[in-house]
Amino acid sequence: MSASTADTPLAFRRPSGVRTIKNSLATIFVTVATLITIIPLAWVLTTVIIKGYRLLLSSTWWLESQRGITPRREGGGAYHAIVGTVEMALICAAIAVPLGVLGAIFLIEYGRGTKIARGVSFMVDILSGIPSIVAALFIYALFITIFGLGRSAIAVSCALVLLMLPVVLRSTEEMLKLVPDSLREASYALGVSKWKTIVKVVVPTAFGGIVTGVMLGLARVMGETAPLLILVSYAVGINFSPTTDTMGALPTMINAGRDQPPQMPGYERVWAAALTLIMIVMLLNVLARLIARFTTLKEK
Amino acid sequence: MARRIDVKNLDIYYGGFHAVEDVSMTVEPRTVTAFIGPSGCGKSTLLRTLNRMHEVIPGAHVKGNVQLDGTDLYGQGVDPVAVRRVVGMVFQRPNPFPSMSIFDNVASGLRLNGVKNKGVLTDAVERSLMAANLWIEVKDRLGKAGIGLSGGQQQRLCIARAIAVEPQVLLMDEPCSALDPISTLAIEDLIGELKEKYTVVIVTHNMQQAARVSDQTAFFNLAAQGKPGKLIEIGPTEKIFSNPDQQATEDYITGRFG
Repeated sequence: MSASTADTPLAFRRPSGVRTIKNSLATIFVTVATLITIIPLAWVLTTVIIKGYRLLLSSTWWLESQRGITPRREGGGAYHAIVGTVEMALICAAIAVPLGVLGAIFLIEYGRGTKIARGVSFMVDILSGIPSIVAALFIYALFITIFGLGRSAIAVSCALVLLMLPVVLRSTEEMLKLVPDSLREASYALGVSKWKTIVKVVVPTAFGGIVTGVMLGLARVMGETAPLLILVSYAVGINFSPTTDTMGALPTMINAGRDQPPQMPGYERVWAAALTLIMIVMLLNVLARLIARFTTLKEK
Repeated sequence: MARRIDVKNLDIYYGGFHAVEDVSMTVEPRTVTAFIGPSGCGKSTLLRTLNRMHEVIPGAHVKGNVQLDGTDLYGQGVDPVAVRRVVGMVFQRPNPFPSMSIFDNVASGLRLNGVKNKGVLTDAVERSLMAANLWIEVKDRLGKAGIGLSGGQQQRLCIARAIAVEPQVLLMDEPCSALDPISTLAIEDLIGELKEKYTVVIVTHNMQQAARVSDQTAFFNLAAQGKPGKLIEIGPTEKIFSNPDQQATEDYITGRFG
């Protein structure tokens, strides 16, 4: 193509026919691909909502357990399973969040480029690829086979820690990397020590992102089923104690009723439990966004 | 209280790279000293050794001596954190803490060093913002984010933050290079006021700026890329800009190179 010079008149023509066709094809392709991606998501959501919403409208669902309710009977709720899911996730978070955040601080602020940091990073990569059933069996071997402890909710939480830790650590790491060095230097130049700089300047700057990572990690572990199946018996009644052998949870509640035929009242409860789980996870995401928003200062 | 800086036979290295060679100079209290020279000549590096900020880069080290009123900054048992409390710094790009409000930004140095008294903090914030000529513009929105200000205001906020801890020396690393002329003028006026209380050392690429604000000018140069930077000449600003001793200095300030 020859460059236009001063004496050739400028022509701002529309693209040729072939280019218009190519452009339209690309637009159609991209749009269709997006729609195809959305379809399964929308399908799952609408099915779960349509089949499960009715039970969620009654207070019974949120306040009662499944004690004494057979699949043939109406009634009962998911309180026991919600308590179990939330409790196990919180115990897991109480262990995984400090470990993950402090680990990320070590990797970014202290160990950058050192051998030990590369080693730890490599291990975290491996850990993030571990299937949940392997994590569950590892905890089973450690707690039950070696130490002779019983199956319990706390064992589940420990298996979940193995799954949540890499998520929290990696996302915190990425967020700390985004904090510009100029802020660290500004703090050092005020005569502030390294640790205080990290706690008061670096982490608050990355706070919104760290919270998002924690919430994503929580959402992941709440839906895990393998550790529940292997490490704790599903209880239809309410149990708050993390050390006794039974506890309900939403994934195992779904699993326990999944072979019910559609005419059974237990069938609807499976869909309702699935919807409840989705709602809790979505609630966490909304919460993460709100926390991120309220911890950011207004500029004007 | 301003302090005198004595640099004696200072060599600066980044790992195996010799960045600055054999610098000796004296900076008197309550004066402004400007470092000028082409890019890569080590003037920012030298500035950063005056409060041990260069150590943030792994492998950076010095040979020689930097004294603040006779105390060696690189002596045995000297804590770099304590040095930086006395020798403050303003950077090339404004870098207010994004998680903090205007008030908290200015108060951060005191707070992070353990000052909790609300009255002390409020006084310090007001005094520092006034000293940085920013008080009138921000007094009604101290609770808003510091990063919401314009570039020039942000840089003055950073200066207020630096002087809130009452350092005895203030180092400025091209503080106006990211600013428009009006903000630059505001900062230059400010430097003139600051020297009544502090010892100021400023790195600048702008020779007019060096001529306007400084009492003493140091010209740095390097023989070739990859060679260490050297102090070519230091003297009263008037002399450096009218009648320098070295041909290289004259070539640089008259715009023949650099």
